[in-house]
Amino acid sequence: MPKKLTVALAGNPNSGKTTLFNVLTGMHQHVGNYPGVTVEKKEGELKYKDYDITVVDLPGIYSLTAHSIDEIVARNFVIEEKPDIVIDIIDSSNLERNLYLATQFMELGVPLVLAFNMYDLASKQGLEIDKVKLSELLGAPIVFTVATKKNGINELLDEVINLAEKKTTIRKITPGYGKEAEGEIKKIEALLLKDKDLIQKYPSRWLTVKLLEGDSEVIKKIKESEYSNQILKQVEKSTAHLINILGDTPEAIIADGRYGFISGACSEAVKRNYEERHTISDRIDKVLINRILGLPIFLVVMWLLFKFTFAASAPLCDWLDKGMGWLGDKIGGLLPGGSAIQSLVVDGIIGGVGSVLSFVPIIFLLFLAMAFLEDSGYMARAAFIMDKLMHKIGLNGRSFIPMLLGFGCNLPAIMATRTIEDRKDRLVTILVNPFMSCGARLPVYTLFIGAFFSEKIAGNVLFSLYFLGIVVAIIMAKIFRKFLLKGPAAPFVMELPPYRVPTIKGLLIHMWERGVLYLKKAGTIIFVGCTLVWFLSNFPWNPQYSKDYDALIEQAKDNKEMVTQLENEKAAEKLEKSYAGKLGKAIAPVFKPLGFDDWKISVGLVGGFVAKEIVVGTLGTLHSIGKADEKSESLRQALQNQTRPDGNKMFNPLVAYALLVFVLLYIPCVATIAVIKRETNSWRWPIFAAFYTTLVAWLMAFIVYQGGRLLGLG
Amino acid sequence: MKENFFPLSLVPPGKEVIVVAIHGGRGLKARLSDMGLKEGIKLKVLTSYSSGPCIILVGETRLVLGYGMAQKIFVKEE
Repeated sequence: MPKKLTVALAGNPNSGKTTLFNVLTGMHQHVGNYPGVTVEKKEGELKYKDYDITVVDLPGIYSLTAHSIDEIVARNFVIEEKPDIVIDIIDSSNLERNLYLATQFMELGVPLVLAFNMYDLASKQGLEIDKVKLSELLGAPIVFTVATKKNGINELLDEVINLAEKKTTIRKITPGYGKEAEGEIKKIEALLLKDKDLIQKYPSRWLTVKLLEGDSEVIKKIKESEYSNQILKQVEKSTAHLINILGDTPEAIIADGRYGFISGACSEAVKRNYEERHTISDRIDKVLINRILGLPIFLVVMWLLFKFTFAASAPLCDWLDKGMGWLGDKIGGLLPGGSAIQSLVVDGIIGGVGSVLSFVPIIFLLFLAMAFLEDSGYMARAAFIMDKLMHKIGLNGRSFIPMLLGFGCNLPAIMATRTIEDRKDRLVTILVNPFMSCGARLPVYTLFIGAFFSEKIAGNVLFSLYFLGIVVAIIMAKIFRKFLLKGPAAPFVMELPPYRVPTIKGLLIHMWERGVLYLKKAGTIIFVGCTLVWFLSNFPWNPQYSKDYDALIEQAKDNKEMVTQLENEKAAEKLEKSYAGKLGKAIAPVFKPLGFDDWKISVGLVGGFVAKEIVVGTLGTLHSIGKADEKSESLRQALQNQTRPDGNKMFNPLVAYALLVFVLLYIPCVATIAVIKRETNSWRWPIFAAFYTTLVAWLMAFIVYQGGRLLGLG
Repeated sequence: MKENFFPLSLVPPGKEVIVVAIHGGRGLKARLSDMGLKEGIKLKVLTSYSSGPCIILVGETRLVLGYGMAQKIFVKEE
């Protein structure tokens, strides 16, 4: 019977925590969310000696305050789930700052093992650590590790087991805060000790220190205690006393105490044989984030990212498409032809699964490219380069990458907003992201621009649409920042990691995690959405046709052209009489002020909710052209010749442009809605996004159409 | 010698200065201090874009300070 052990991995961002987690657990990982928040919870398993060890990768944090959701999640896990051991991963070349977090685990009184990671680099740069002495001074066992080379992993696990089996004899230590502060801590602690329930759950000293730091979560907890009045009064008194005597806030005194404790220990056990490091990273940065070259280099990198994603995914998408078509034919052949069940399986289910899968190559490859930028350290530089520009629209540098990814596909773009710490910044970035014109909208543009604009200006028209999307996104971001998600731009501080060569394993794991998350969560909603649209456009199954098509087809069976013509007409009439057709007719008047109050377009727009490119296919069916794509000349002609009941032409360039503006801006596709739901953890924001984007689309198309008419363009 | 204090945004790259004051709420100050940036500490500006974001070296840590942050940190010459 193997013994069980739970180990939590903690550490600063960039300490190599994720690499160590990957080395420990390999592919035996699963990603979930901590209850109620969108912070990822990563868990993995491994066997070592006679132990089954569960490893939990806590979010990367600098401290255990209540200032960020990551920190609250990490500390609640440690307090409430009581892992057997906490491993704090320390970047050896940045000891003081990394040990700051460790001092807080000491205060929490958790069994702590310190992994001094990237030790090879640090010692090469002239760092000498007296391990035995330092671990005595810090009151926790220390292991030197190099996660990227899998060095020190067994020693680390041995220490974990020794500590868990209580074979390690080490004196626990916590930092002291000087005579004045300690006196006040004693007073508060004495009051806390009265509440036996509270003390069972939390170490009294830790609570006291947190109260003095003004920790909002701990204060909330204390308010539930029957002694809360006494306690909080004493905290107030002590705070005033300390400010009075020492001229500094308790937080500052406590932070100084911790840093003092660390530098005291380091001065005795750590030797540095260097003055200042000019690292390779600094030298690379001289070029990559150069004041003049930085931006052009960044743009080239982004261009390469898109080039790579689309070039590599195109053949995969093709195969998938062909595979699904083949599967549809095969399975369809087994079912009675022309029946509802055949259509459900082939067009509904296989078609639905197909649309989920059709995103897979792009999503996975885009995530792979992103993982490369992230793991190599370039992403942080990109945020720095774009910060000033993004600040102008009330966001910060981190919002730029998601916006840019939106031009490829809004799904990975919205998932990439996870790197934005501030909740409001993140929401604004998510909400305006659908205005970045994704690849699926291009076929609709191509169809209409080809039909109504000369080749000479086609490029400019296309560009103007992309540009309009950006302008609308900027305006909406500003409006949201001003009214809906008010408040000053969150201060943007971020650690700049050194450049590293990403490991293949790390890249694949990162790509896999995100990709699977997409498949699991968004996949279901996309599938349901597709099936719904299939139902709407196929039922009632046998409508009252205006002609007896079956008989006519039977009659004309020798004339191939005639048969196709009739079949297309039948399909068009079926769609017209379906629920989708009725819906299209019902909503068409809404588009009257926009110039395209045509029920066929309306049906197409309804279908576009599944995926924007579906607009093209739906129009093809409705114009009795059968399977049409965006380059179909016959569909273009049909659109050019389409007339209104009064005999006037349905479309002119102005109407077509107003329609394209609407297609650019209106309701995000069902997959995007699904991802917004996932990433915000509520239905509120996706529903809001669906409505406000459609409203904006209507208004912009209105302005374009009516404005154009005033200028005499229509 | 109060007139010798100036915002970090005015410090040219390559120069070392000492932090005198950080203008910001409790949360921001605590966050910066957790990352190693607090009053009394020595830092070096590595890169800066005019009046915009900058990269500083605090101890062994390189920090990106976004637009506006550098105006909130007051420093003095060594």
